[in-house]
Parts: sequence; C-alpha cells; structure tokens
Amino acid sequence: MAENKKVIVPIGPYHPLLEEPEYFQLYCDGEEVVDVEWIAGYNHRGIEKLSESKHWEQVTFLVERICGICSTSHPIAYCNAVEDLSGIEIPERAKYIRNVIGELERLHSHLLWVGLAGHFLGYNTVFMWAWKYREPILDMFEMITGNRNHYAMLRIGGVRRDIEDEDIPVLKKTLSEVKDKIKMLTEAVLDDPVLGARLKGVGVLKKQDIKNYGAVGPIARASGVDIDVRKDDPYAAYNLVEWKVITTENGDVFDKAVVRLLESFESIKIIEQSLDAIYHKKGEIWKEVRNIPEGEGIGHHEAPRGEVFHYVRSDGNTTSPVRHKIRAPSYVNIPTFKASCIGQTISDVCIILAGVDPCYCCTERVAVYDKDKKKKVYSFDQLVKKSIEKTERIKKEIGKEGKLWKKLL
Amino acid sequence: MNLKLKALKKSLWVYHLSAGSCNNCDIEILDLLTPRFDVERFGIILAASPRHADVLLCTGIVNKKCVERIKEVYEQTPKPCVVVAIGACACSGGIFRDGYQMAGPLNKIIPVDVYIPGCPPKPESIIAGIVKFLRELK
Amino acid sequence: MIERIKEKLGDKIKEIKFHNEKRIYITVDKKDLKEVVNIIFNQLGARYQIVSGIENFDNFELLYHFSFDKENGIVVSFRTFLDKEKPEIESLTSIIPGISYIEREIWELLGINFIGHPNLKHFLLREDWQENLYPLRKGVKKDGRE
Repeated sequence: MAENKKVIVPIGPYHPLLEEPEYFQLYCDGEEVVDVEWIAGYNHRGIEKLSESKHWEQVTFLVERICGICSTSHPIAYCNAVEDLSGIEIPERAKYIRNVIGELERLHSHLLWVGLAGHFLGYNTVFMWAWKYREPILDMFEMITGNRNHYAMLRIGGVRRDIEDEDIPVLKKTLSEVKDKIKMLTEAVLDDPVLGARLKGVGVLKKQDIKNYGAVGPIARASGVDIDVRKDDPYAAYNLVEWKVITTENGDVFDKAVVRLLESFESIKIIEQSLDAIYHKKGEIWKEVRNIPEGEGIGHHEAPRGEVFHYVRSDGNTTSPVRHKIRAPSYVNIPTFKASCIGQTISDVCIILAGVDPCYCCTERVAVYDKDKKKKVYSFDQLVKKSIEKTERIKKEIGKEGKLWKKLL
Repeated sequence: MNLKLKALKKSLWVYHLSAGSCNNCDIEILDLLTPRFDVERFGIILAASPRHADVLLCTGIVNKKCVERIKEVYEQTPKPCVVVAIGACACSGGIFRDGYQMAGPLNKIIPVDVYIPGCPPKPESIIAGIVKFLRELK
Repeated sequence: MIERIKEKLGDKIKEIKFHNEKRIYITVDKKDLKEVVNIIFNQLGARYQIVSGIENFDNFELLYHFSFDKENGIVVSFRTFLDKEKPEIESLTSIIPGISYIEREIWELLGINFIGHPNLKHFLLREDWQENLYPLRKGVKKDGRE
C-alpha cells in the first residue's frame, strides 16, 4: 500500500449517473495516481448460496437477476454448464434463438457503454444519442420476449419462447434502422478530435497485464489478445453463422471504444443470419430434461463485457445444485485498474474506470462513502467535473492553435 | 397544503440510490432522462447530492453492508423527502428475500412513501407512479 | 495439448478425468499445486479463469480453472483436496496477480486460509461480520444462521 503522506481520493459515493455505486481509493501524489484499492461488497446478495436452495429450473431466473444489463448472459452460461453436465444437445432452432437474444443484448449493452463514456467526458450529446438509439433494441426485446429487460428466454434444454414468423420482417427492418444510426454514431465518435485527444494513449493495458489479471472481453481484444469464447469454444449457433472477432493493438480507452462499436456491427450480422435461418422453418425449441445426473459441468458465454463462467455440481439425488460458482467478467476486469490507472492523472482515472465497462452487480459487489474525516474527499461528481474541465481545456487548445487538429487528422 | 409541499411538487429533484440491486431498475431510471421518456419536461432532474434532493429513488434489497449508508443518505436529505421504492427487491426483497446478506426490504430501514413494483418496472410505470403520488399529495 | 500437459506435469498428476473432450479435470496434490500452476500459467500459456471452493462431507475441495483458448477452447480444472479440520493452502498471488481477490473471497465465504496472501481481510461482507461464520459452508443456512 502507498505511504501515509499520499493524498487518498475516494471515488464512489452514491452517484446519480453511474448505474451503481462503487468505491475505489486512489492514492495520489499531486495529480498522479500511485496506487488504487478496490473496496467491494455493497452489492453482494449471496446468489451462490441461494442457488443451492432452488430447483435447477428456478436457478435460471435467479442468475438472470445477477445483473440487469447482461441479464441473458448468465442464463446462457448456466444452461451451457448444466447441458455440459448432463450431455444434452439442444435443438437447432433453439440455438439460433439463443444467438439472437445474446447478440441483441450485446448491442444494447455496448450502446449503453458508449453513452455513459460520453457522459463522463462531458459529452452529453453522445450520451443522449446512444441511449436514444438503444430504445428500438429494447422494443425488439419486448416484441420477442415480452419484457424490456430480464427476458426469461432461457431454459435448460432450449429456449422458453419461439420467435414468430410474422415478427421476423419487423425485427429485421428495425435492425437495419438501428444499424444506420450506430454507423452514424460510430463515425461521429471516431472522427471527433476532442474524444481522440481525451482517450488516445489513456489507460493503456499491455498484453502481459491482460494475462496477469485474466482480463476478458473487449478489454483484452483492445490490447490485441483475440480471445472470444464464441469463436474459441463455440456454443449455441455461433459456429453456424459467419462473423469475425474484432481486435485492435493499442489497448487504450479509445481502442476499447473502437472495439465495442465495431463489434456491434458483427452482432447485427449474426442476428440477421440467425433470423434468416429460422424464417419459415418449423422445429422444436426445447428438449424435455427430467433428471440432472451426478457430475460437474462448466459453461461459459461471451457476455458484452467478456467471458461469464459458471461451474455447477450435482449429486444426482437432490433437485438443486450442490455447488454453483459464478464468475462475472468484471471480476477479472476490474483489478486491471491496478495496471492501467497508476501513473495517470486524476482527471483521466474517471474514464479509465469507465473504460472497462465495470458491472458491479455482476461482480456482486459495490461500495459507498468513506466517513474518515481526515481524508481529503473528492466526490465522484467532482471527479466528473474535473474530467469535463479537461475536455473543455483540450477543446480550447485545439481551437486556438490548430496543432492538435493536424496531429489527429 | 403547506408551503414546503407546494414548493416540492413544482419541480422534483431526484437522487438515485442503489442499495444492492441488479442494476436493471437503475438503468430504467437513467432511461427516464434520455430522449424517449425525457422526464426533464416535467421539471424532474437528477440531483448530484442527497442534500439537494426532494425525492430518493431507491432500488435493491438493502444488503447488510450498506444499511448504515442508506440511513446516512436519508438523514442528509432535506425534509420533507419522498422515498420511492422501485422494483420488486426494494418493495419486498424479491428473489433475494432469503439470502444471508438481506437486511431490508427498504421500509424496514427508512420510511417509504411510494412503492413501484415490477422486475424491473417499465419507465412508463415509474412515471405513472410518481405522477399518481403527486396528485394524492396534500 | 493434453499430451503436453501430461508430459510437463509427469507424476504430479494423481488422477485425470475426461468429462468430454473439452472439459478435463486433473487431481493434483496440495503441495504440488503451486508448481503445477506455475507450469500451466507461465510455460503453457493458459488463461486463468477462476477458483471454485467446495465443501464436501469430509474435506474441502478447490478447483483452479484454466482455459486454453487457442487449443480448441478446452477448460482444464485442477482439483485439490484440503483437510476438513484446518483447511489451508499456499497463496498463488505471486504467480497470478489477479487471483488475489478470489482468494480473499474464498477465505471470507468458505473459511479456507491462504498462506502468504498479502491482504487477507473482509472483501464482500461487513468488517464486523461474525467470526467463524462462513456463509457458503453447508452447515450455515441460506439466511446466514447456523
């Protein structure tokens, strides 16, 4: 830990615009961050224990409520794990429907992140745009599943509801509209010199950091590590459709944004192909599963934030899991702050923290305010303010001298 | 109706408090601010600090670790303060009712005025709930 | 890949179980674990996924999950057993920095001591959580009472 004379800056009182509160203590020397500590547990709900008292079928609903943003990722991983345990092969139609749900979720989650990142930089236009274009995706969810979030689509052995044939043209039309909007947003974000100045070279993660912390998802892919469970260990129908893994080399926050935005287009590709594959075709959507045999199973799924990992064990006699271990992607992604924040300035830390797209509910932990009166306290709002000030400053510099413009363009 | 309540009803400043939720209700609250629902047209805006808040929007089961923090935030708000429990977890504990980290539901910790159930409640129903409450408020 | 693992680890493997061609469980001795993980992580380039702790009827079990993403995505889990009376094992933070949080979590929720962990204190639960009450143990009810 850092020495006592360093200023401690706690990030994470209850804060109105981050979906969940969290708590990071930054040990600072002047403007520079020398150490970070993550204090957690405010969102811990004991899901692993609760799961041991629920029926196998009920657990799908429980794991859905681990997190509201990746609310179908956990059920997919859990069902993969149980299907791995008992060796069930699900019907092909169910595979495609799982693809559609999983990718729609990635789409809305990435847009959500872009919006929040824009907000942290003081670019509320991006925030409003991204969230506006996210709404049609939620409408599509409502059409398919009946709810905007928490879709309850998954069940062991398949999916719970079918996608009706008459819905598919409507879904595809909405999707192509969303695609245009995302394209516009992507171009706007990537061409913006201010965003470039704020994000390029900030919070760099090297390949070795990714390996050391086991980081997954867009964080790893932005640093040039092309891991993607959908490609490496295909499940659902990911090996039946055509798509590619997006990677970039620099590992800074800008690249993380690039990866997420470009991935959205791959998701759209997957959804379109999957919808085509089930259009005007009949088929089973689930398989009856009576007993879960004794054994253990591992299932994973590439959630928007990275690999979700579920381990289940059954003793063959009881109706509930004996042990159910859940690992959310943020659990391994958040500790990378130790590598990416140190040496950066306080005003940049805000966006680095956001760059990981942390999901504290998934990780079952969150934090609040520190009462220690001796410490100098910056609230998260002040931090956001500091971050916004820096954006303003850069804007001015760009306006006056025009040098940065040339550099960036 | 006293002056304080009259002033409160004009333009609500809300403070969003997440107490061990699954994030979904929180996102629906944020959704309210964005173009489709846009509650700012009703004068509702998010306050940055509980000291400026007229309304506390609470989500989540209230777990054992954040009980004191919730009480503290409630004490910091100027009174009268409307407390809204959003989502099944804040109203009753929901699916996490039996867990070892459960300290709530919310009305065990702080007095609650409005309950908006649902998992998660749709943004429309959050607006409807608050509007209904404001009509009843005398 | 599995041949290379077998070759590298040699007689450290006590038992090897193929659930299917992509899910492999290898039992190793508690004292060999650190070396095994070092070989797997640093020499064979596996990706650390997570550690699962399980309480059995007469012992504790730890599963260290590693994945070989470019080798057909196989998941290799190293299983090791600990005493029921005094469960402890050497911490692996010196090999994998990212493992520190899960070790803290297992210590806190299951009561397994990690020798040599730099920062073994409460992470998810309250600071004043009742001592010797480990919520994930089978003797504890789901609402946290014994």
